[in-house]
Amino acid sequence: MNNIELKSITKNYKATCALKDISLIFEEKRIYGLLGRNGAGKTTLLNLMTNRIFPTHGHITLSDQPITENDALLERIFYMTERNLYPESMKIHEVFRWTKTFYGNFDLNYANGLCKKFDLNPNKKIKALSTGYNTVAKLIVALASNAELLIFDEPILGLDAHHRTLFYKELLAQYIKTPKTIILSTHIIEEIADLLEWVVILGNQTVLINESVSSLLERAYTVTGKSSDVEAFIQNKNFIGLEYLGNYCKATLLETPNTETLETIHQIGLEKSKVGLQELFIKLTDIGGVLHEIPKIG
Amino acid sequence: MNIDFGSQIPIYLQISQSIEDDIIRDIFEEETQIPSTTEVSLNYNINPATIAKGFNLLVDEGILYKRRGVGMFVAKDAKKTLIKKQKDHFYDKYVVHLLHEADKLGIHIEDIVKMLTGGPEYE
Repeated sequence: MNNIELKSITKNYKATCALKDISLIFEEKRIYGLLGRNGAGKTTLLNLMTNRIFPTHGHITLSDQPITENDALLERIFYMTERNLYPESMKIHEVFRWTKTFYGNFDLNYANGLCKKFDLNPNKKIKALSTGYNTVAKLIVALASNAELLIFDEPILGLDAHHRTLFYKELLAQYIKTPKTIILSTHIIEEIADLLEWVVILGNQTVLINESVSSLLERAYTVTGKSSDVEAFIQNKNFIGLEYLGNYCKATLLETPNTETLETIHQIGLEKSKVGLQELFIKLTDIGGVLHEIPKIG
Repeated sequence: MNIDFGSQIPIYLQISQSIEDDIIRDIFEEETQIPSTTEVSLNYNINPATIAKGFNLLVDEGILYKRRGVGMFVAKDAKKTLIKKQKDHFYDKYVVHLLHEADKLGIHIEDIVKMLTGGPEYE
């Protein structure tokens, strides 16, 4: 099994704790979404998993072997970072050739084909690329790497709608052709929600959610109605958000409603709705409830 | 096959329901092959596991069947079975909702009957 396993990982940067005692398994051949607010520790987690930084405590394995300084294992992981790590004066086709020396399975024909699809000139230098095309270049290298594990940190930064759709399609096509573990770390949740099979949500230096997207969304729901009715309904229930608009109230709950609950909803005359992944994420990570305050105007 | 990403219905159910509708509308005919999970997945950019979940619901119901190495086919009599199934659901799906809305607005049953039998000229 090509699982990546993190065991009791803690990462401190001097006095600041970035991740606290995290244990997680990324199972092989799944598409994961790694979500979290800015500063939640997503990039720290990815850097740890690819041996770019070291944990303060705990250890990480791939196929049950420690990844620390293990080049043979690290060659099986391709990590597309948010920052540009290629030399500015390097041309794109040189980046391809250079990548091939580290990733033996790098598919040059596929990379060149992708350049055509994305309309990227491989003779251009890295420094001549716009933000969007810089991302395109990095995506092509990642997609063509043929690594068993693909990790993308903010893969759609600066991409136009056409390029984003093209990326999703190529990624899925690759995944269907040769199933591999894919981790997508992004803030653009709504667009990728249906690509994902599994979601990991980080917050408060720890793992808030580690669950299949379908089971998570199946147990989340909202009820709306008269404030007093909604307030009475949510007593002793696991609600994660409460919004008011005059006498109207919307509560977001995270627990599978049983038959009795459904009956109650119907009796009181509340409206029950499904919650999307992005909205659920916002509710789960809205520390202090600032989103529920309506800004004063004038 | 029509998927509405803003819909209240989970994607896998939308997949199975839209295949059902397409069979009833003769878009997918009996004993013919329907698009593969790969095609649907790449067309809508949806995880193939979600698509497979929707397809498998219909396999379990005997509406679709797999031909090993070829793909997914519409079963014989699928249309007849689906029409019966959707007729059974018609009350729950449409009539209950209609009565609920009518109750909210204070519309009497007799008026609903008039609307239904009077057609667009009602009022």
